[in-house]
Amino acid sequence: MSIAAETKTQVAEIGDKYKYGFVTDIEMEMAPRGLSEDTVRYISAKKGEPEWMLEWRLAAFKRWGAMKEPNWARVHYPRIDYQNSYYYAAPKNTPLKQSLDEVDPKLLETYKKLGIPLQEQMALAGVAVDAVFDSVSVATTFKDKLNEAGVIFCPISEAIRDYPDLVKKYLGTVVPVTDNFFATLNSAVFSDGTFVYVPKGVRCPMELSTYFRINASETGQFERTLIVADEGSYVSYLEGCTAPKRDENQLHAAVVELVALDNAEIKYSTVQNWYPGDENGLGGIFNFVTKRGDCRGKKSKISWTQVETGSAITWKYPSCILRGDDSVGEFYSIAIANNYQQADTGTKMIHLGANTRSRIISKGISAGKAQNTYRGLVSVYGKAKNARNYTQCDSLLIGSECGAHTVPYIESRNPTARIEHEATTSKIAEDQLFYCLARGIPQDEAVSLIVNGFCKEVLQQLPMEFAVEAQKLVGISLEGSVG
Amino acid sequence: MLEIKNLHVSIGDKEILKGLTLSIKAGEVHAIMGPNGSGKSTLSYVLAGRAGYDITEGSITYNGEDLAALAPEVRAAKGVFLAMQYPVEIPGVTTMMFLKTALNSQRRARGESDLDAVAVLKLVRAKAKTLNVSEEMLKRALNVGFSGGEKKRLEILQMAIFEPKLAVLDETDSGLDIDALKLVAEGVNALRDPARAMLVITHYQRLLDYIVPDRIHVLAGGRIVAEGGKELALELEAKGYEHIVKEPA
Repeated sequence: MSIAAETKTQVAEIGDKYKYGFVTDIEMEMAPRGLSEDTVRYISAKKGEPEWMLEWRLAAFKRWGAMKEPNWARVHYPRIDYQNSYYYAAPKNTPLKQSLDEVDPKLLETYKKLGIPLQEQMALAGVAVDAVFDSVSVATTFKDKLNEAGVIFCPISEAIRDYPDLVKKYLGTVVPVTDNFFATLNSAVFSDGTFVYVPKGVRCPMELSTYFRINASETGQFERTLIVADEGSYVSYLEGCTAPKRDENQLHAAVVELVALDNAEIKYSTVQNWYPGDENGLGGIFNFVTKRGDCRGKKSKISWTQVETGSAITWKYPSCILRGDDSVGEFYSIAIANNYQQADTGTKMIHLGANTRSRIISKGISAGKAQNTYRGLVSVYGKAKNARNYTQCDSLLIGSECGAHTVPYIESRNPTARIEHEATTSKIAEDQLFYCLARGIPQDEAVSLIVNGFCKEVLQQLPMEFAVEAQKLVGISLEGSVG
Repeated sequence: MLEIKNLHVSIGDKEILKGLTLSIKAGEVHAIMGPNGSGKSTLSYVLAGRAGYDITEGSITYNGEDLAALAPEVRAAKGVFLAMQYPVEIPGVTTMMFLKTALNSQRRARGESDLDAVAVLKLVRAKAKTLNVSEEMLKRALNVGFSGGEKKRLEILQMAIFEPKLAVLDETDSGLDIDALKLVAEGVNALRDPARAMLVITHYQRLLDYIVPDRIHVLAGGRIVAEGGKELALELEAKGYEHIVKEPA
C-alpha cells in the first residue's frame, strides 16, 4: 500500500485527525502551582540533586526574573501566565525501574498508542528508547549493549547523580544559563531529559531515540538534553514528540545542547507532532525551544533534521556554532502549518573556524490560515577563512488565506567567505491537483503526494524507519486542506 | 458507451460549448477536429471532470451513468482516461511512484486489492518497452525536464497501464516531430480494442494518417458543424476549416 493510502486508512480508523489526543489516567504527583524559588528547590529536591545543581538552577531563576519575554518572532499568542502553571508532574510511585515488567501497564499502553512498542523495540528494532513521561524517565532500554560500547544514554537526572563531572563540564556550555528567556526558564525548572556521552572513537551501535509526551494538564514540559560526542565518535539521535488534546495551551520550553569534539559527528533528528490546536485555533502547544550544537573540535560535524508538523506556536532555531576548523553544520527542515498554526523556525550557522561549511535546506508548507516563517542567520566571523554556506528556502502555499515569510540574515566579516541563498515560493497548482484526480488519485492523497515530493530532499535525511512515519505525518497534517 | 446530448458548457460567464451532441460506441475511434478556440479542449476537460467547467444544459451519459455527477477520480476508476495536451510536472515524485499511486487508487476505488511494488514494476516495465520509455525516465520526477515527446509517450504509457474503457486524447500530436508522432500513434493503435472507445482531438489532419478514425466530427463555435468518415479529414486539409464551417452542418 502506498504511504498516502496507508495514511488514509490510518486516519479513517482513528476517526479523528489527531491520533495522539488521548489522555492517560494516572495519578500524578505535582509541585504546587506557580513559579518561585520554592518551586525550584522542590524540583531539585524531588530529583535528589547535589547542591551544585540546585545553585545552578537558583542562579538561573534569579536571572530569569530580570528577563523579558522576546517578541521579535512573527507569532501572536495571549500572554502566558507563568504563575498559573505547574512546573513538575510525575506519575506517582514510580521510582526508576530496573526492567519493563515493573512499569505501570497503563504507561506502557500509552506508549503503544504512540506507536513505540518498547518490548518489541528491545527485541527487534535495535532502537534504544529513553521514554520521558512528563518529567520522569520510566524505562530505559538497551542499556547493556550501550554499556558494552561505553556509551552513556540515560535520563539527565541520573547523569547529574552518576556522572557529575561530565555534566558539570558540558552543561550550559552551548546554551548558557543566560542565553534567552525560555532557555533560562528551562535552566531553572527543567525536570528531566536525556544525557548521551559517546566516548573517543566509538561509533554508537544503534540509533538512540527518546519520545517525549506531555500528559498532565496545565503543566509545562521543560526537558533538557545534552549530547556529547568525544573525539572521532559518531551518534545518531532521534526524538519524537506528541501531546494529548486539550483546550488550554501548554508551554513547552526545552533546551538541547550538542557538543562535537575533534572529528566527531552528531546527527540529531526530530519529528515534532505536539497537539496543534483545533480547526478554530483553540488549544495546542506553545513550543519555545532552544537547540544548539557546538562543533567544538576540528573536522567535527553536526546535522539537524526536523519535521515540524505540530504545536500551535513553534519558536525554534536549531543552530550550529562552527568553532573547529573544517567543521560542518547542516540544517534540514520541514515545517508544516495548517489551520491557525504559527511557525517561526530556522537556524543559525555561526562560522568561527577556517574552512567551515554549512548547508541549510528549509521546506515550509502553509495551509488554512497558518503563518509560516523561515528565520535564519548565517554569520561569518573574521577568522573564518574560506567559509562556505549554501541556503535553500522553499515555501509551498495551499489555499489563499495562509502566509509564507522568509527572513534571512547574512553577515560576513571575511572577504573569502562564499554565501549562497536561494528562495522560492509556490502554490500547489490547480493543474497539478487536477492531473492527479484525473488519474484516479483522491484529493487528500494527491496533496500528500505533491507535498511529500516537495519535501523529498529533507525526508531523505531521516533514518529510514522514521522517514516512513514522517511521510505519513505530512499526509495527516494536511488532511482536508484543499477545497 | 458515450452519449453527449445538447451539451452547453460555460467557463465563468462565457459559454464555450453551445449544444454539442455526440455518440461513441465501444470499439470505435472518433476524431474531433476544429480550429483554435472551437471548444476542443473544453470538451476534453469536461469529460475528465475538471473544476470550473460548468454544464448549464444537456447531458453526458457514460455506460448508462450520468458522468457529470461523478468526481474526476471516480471517473478515472470507472475507466475514463484523458491524455492531456500539457502534462504537468510534479517535482520530487518519481514517475514510477506516481504510476503506482494512481494505479492502486483506481484499483481500490473498484474494490480490487493493491498491487505491490514488484508487481507494478513488472507491469510498467513490460508496457514501457513498446513505447520506448526508458527505465531512467521512470526514475525521474514526473514530467520534470521531459521533452515534449517524452511527456506524450508517458501519457500513452499511462493509458496502456490503466486500460481505460473510454480514452480521450487531447492534441496528443502537438509538439511532436514525425518520428515521435509515429511512435505515439503506434502505441495508440496497439490499444484499439472492441471493448474500448477512443476520442482523438486534433487540430491537424496528419495525426489521422496514423490513427485512422471510424468517424470524424468537426467542432466550430461550440457545436459539431460537420460529420463524416475518414475522407472528411482530407477535405479539411485541402480546403481549410473556413470552407466547412461556413456550410450548414
